[in-house]
Amino acid sequence: VERKKWVELGVPAKIESWARVRDFLESYLEKRDCTPREQTQVLIAAEEIFINIASYAYEGEGGSAVVRLKLEQGNVLSLQFEDGGKPYNPLENEDPDIALSAEEREVGGLGIYLVKKSMDNVTYQYVDGKNCLTLVKRLKYAGTSVH
Amino acid sequence: MQVVLTGNQENKELQVEGRIDTGTAPEFQEKLMGGLAGAKKVRINMEKVEYVSSAGLRAFLNGQKYANKNGIEMILFNVADSVTEVFEITGFIDILNVE
Repeated sequence: VERKKWVELGVPAKIESWARVRDFLESYLEKRDCTPREQTQVLIAAEEIFINIASYAYEGEGGSAVVRLKLEQGNVLSLQFEDGGKPYNPLENEDPDIALSAEEREVGGLGIYLVKKSMDNVTYQYVDGKNCLTLVKRLKYAGTSVH
Repeated sequence: MQVVLTGNQENKELQVEGRIDTGTAPEFQEKLMGGLAGAKKVRINMEKVEYVSSAGLRAFLNGQKYANKNGIEMILFNVADSVTEVFEITGFIDILNVE
């Protein structure tokens, strides 16, 4: 099987860039027959990761982020986020205690928890001074209309 | 994202439409808090919301905490599957009052 190349978008690592990233992801997913529900899951996961990078990776300094996408074997969607900020592995965050009452609940860590639970696989690597987080999701109905 | 508020001071209904994400959550929270203030019961119609990220969850949590503290009944109804899923994964389904 030929290894598919990534489609990518580079943006300033700022919260305002999220709209561009979302458009990029949406237009990719819309062409691939994925269900609205899967599209929402992927977009929410992407938002959590991207906003984290935009908020914390460069600690207030400017920097950039790259978002990559590919679809392999017809339905295996990979999303990759790369930034050159401080080394940070969000997968090391402790999972929130989801059994607490509203009063006891805190919102920290919910985003990455959502990502872990809604994607099939999430991996982190720090390579060549860059954080690289890869999300994999097996889509039910993808890849039938466009290559 | 839009919020339409109807009803009287004690019994209100918030009709929400659109995404509750990083961009819109602050505005949503402001409208939610405005709706809760002084009310006894606030029903939130979620029919036209397909997307709630953790920023949106934060707004709901703050609203629920305020409601609990002030003896206000906050109820979500017509919640879409994609949003129910987010509430289930995060345990919010047990914190919020979902009809």
